[in-house]
Amino acid sequence: MQAFEYIRADDVASAVALVSGDPTAQYLAGGTTQVDLMLKDGVLEPERLVDITRLPLRGITRDGDVLRVGALATMEELATDVTVAERLPFVRDALLASASTQLRNMATIGGNILQRTRCRYFRDTSVAACNKRAPGSGCAAISGAARMHAILGASEHCIALHASDLCVSLVALDAVAHIQGPEAQRSVPLTEFYVVPGDRPDVENVLRHGELLTAIDIPLLPPGTRSGYLKVRDRASYEFALTSAAVALAISDGVIARARVALGGVGTIPWRAPEAEAVLRGAPAGAQVFRAAADAAVHDPFTVPGTASKVELAKRTLVRILETLTEPTPSASRASGRSALWESPPRSPTASTTPPAGGSARCRSPSASFSDGRRAGPVGRWP
Amino acid sequence: MSETTRGASTEVDLTLRVNGSARRLRIDSRTTLLDALRDRLELTGTKKGCDQGACGACTILVDGKRVLSCLTLAAQCDGREVTTIEGLSRDGGLHPVQEAFIRHDGFQCGYCTPGQIMSAVALLAEGRAGSDEEIREFMSGNICRCGAYPNIVAAIREAAGRDAGV
Repeated sequence: MQAFEYIRADDVASAVALVSGDPTAQYLAGGTTQVDLMLKDGVLEPERLVDITRLPLRGITRDGDVLRVGALATMEELATDVTVAERLPFVRDALLASASTQLRNMATIGGNILQRTRCRYFRDTSVAACNKRAPGSGCAAISGAARMHAILGASEHCIALHASDLCVSLVALDAVAHIQGPEAQRSVPLTEFYVVPGDRPDVENVLRHGELLTAIDIPLLPPGTRSGYLKVRDRASYEFALTSAAVALAISDGVIARARVALGGVGTIPWRAPEAEAVLRGAPAGAQVFRAAADAAVHDPFTVPGTASKVELAKRTLVRILETLTEPTPSASRASGRSALWESPPRSPTASTTPPAGGSARCRSPSASFSDGRRAGPVGRWP
Repeated sequence: MSETTRGASTEVDLTLRVNGSARRLRIDSRTTLLDALRDRLELTGTKKGCDQGACGACTILVDGKRVLSCLTLAAQCDGREVTTIEGLSRDGGLHPVQEAFIRHDGFQCGYCTPGQIMSAVALLAEGRAGSDEEIREFMSGNICRCGAYPNIVAAIREAAGRDAGV
């Protein structure tokens, strides 16, 4: 790859000025995508690289029912945060199901949100046809090996997947991105941050060149909410999702009062499924309702031979996590008395209930949490 | 604009604190920490496997946390504390995790072993060796193509002070 100028930024303003004033400049944070695509794949060729890792954007702070996460907080730092364990367990589960500890120690939350696709054709510069890398050149994936590609938000122009686990939970929670530009700050809900490829797969989000993602706000789940992240993959750990689902439910007397649903492994962007939420809302928890929600979530898919199986797999993934979250009695495996933060390995399916306000445990066992959830019923506000 | 390393130079001056010693280097900005350690500082204990963040062979500690040196730019580590497999021994003796790997035959060809051991040292510090299941989950970023996993788990279990598998 070509040589580049390395600059370590000392403050946010100078970092934004350095990149926004130079169309060949790019930011460098944890590097797990950027360094890979620059040094190893030759896909990115910045002439100037602005290292932002020493900017003061690392903190994780709670303000009422919102968790503000600095863009440079690492995946590992967020995964081990006490408030996340108590009030955002399906964020923790998604994080711990991602990558490896080494990568989570490097990768930042901002970088996770802005990660580039794993599409092998995008990452292989010897492949000519890639509308994301070379607009107008075509798409090699639609006639290629496309098992790890998207079926929702996809088209004949691009089927590249957004492979984040974390962002599936974040779009379900209506997290908000805070953005610093050269002249002004702005805030964008994550559900409006990503752009489906359409005929411009090179445009992935609403960020303009030089704008810097500085933080995200994550609304905490109300106490009593049941939430879970289920990831289906080819091996039990250290693997990208074939399909995944992030779900949060508030249940009262067997009826779903409120629901949040998002899908991973299937979307060109982290895929919120409001159609499924509409089916679930006000409905009794049960197999027919869950299947109807899954059919609504995975509607009008764009498939190629390699991805056709993901339509049914995604639906079953959603049904499974809904079943897990609404089981009247937690299964023995989930009631095994795990209590420490680390003793909740991200094996699927995981399900947790946010403990009631004032709960003292750092991380309740699923059995205790379910008891609390059934007894307490849905309480608190749902933004 | 605040003070930054301006100028269109593609070379970077930095100081790495490697295994307790300050090492000054001038490097091409493209140099990974892995290549700086192996090619410039002649610390070849850290291995280059996939060189793309998939295998874990290049695992080292930066400021006490395990990271992949193949995806880390050396320039980013100016002033950081870097610990490699060469830095584990004390007074000429092996680290308890190294001894446990030998005792349990936690390797075959040995190429992934420095990365496995660095990862295991960090895993113990993280408090994630509470069960064999937990060890397997949190060691999953280190691939062993010889398949020495059962013995690696046994070595870590012993180093964690647990005698029998759970």
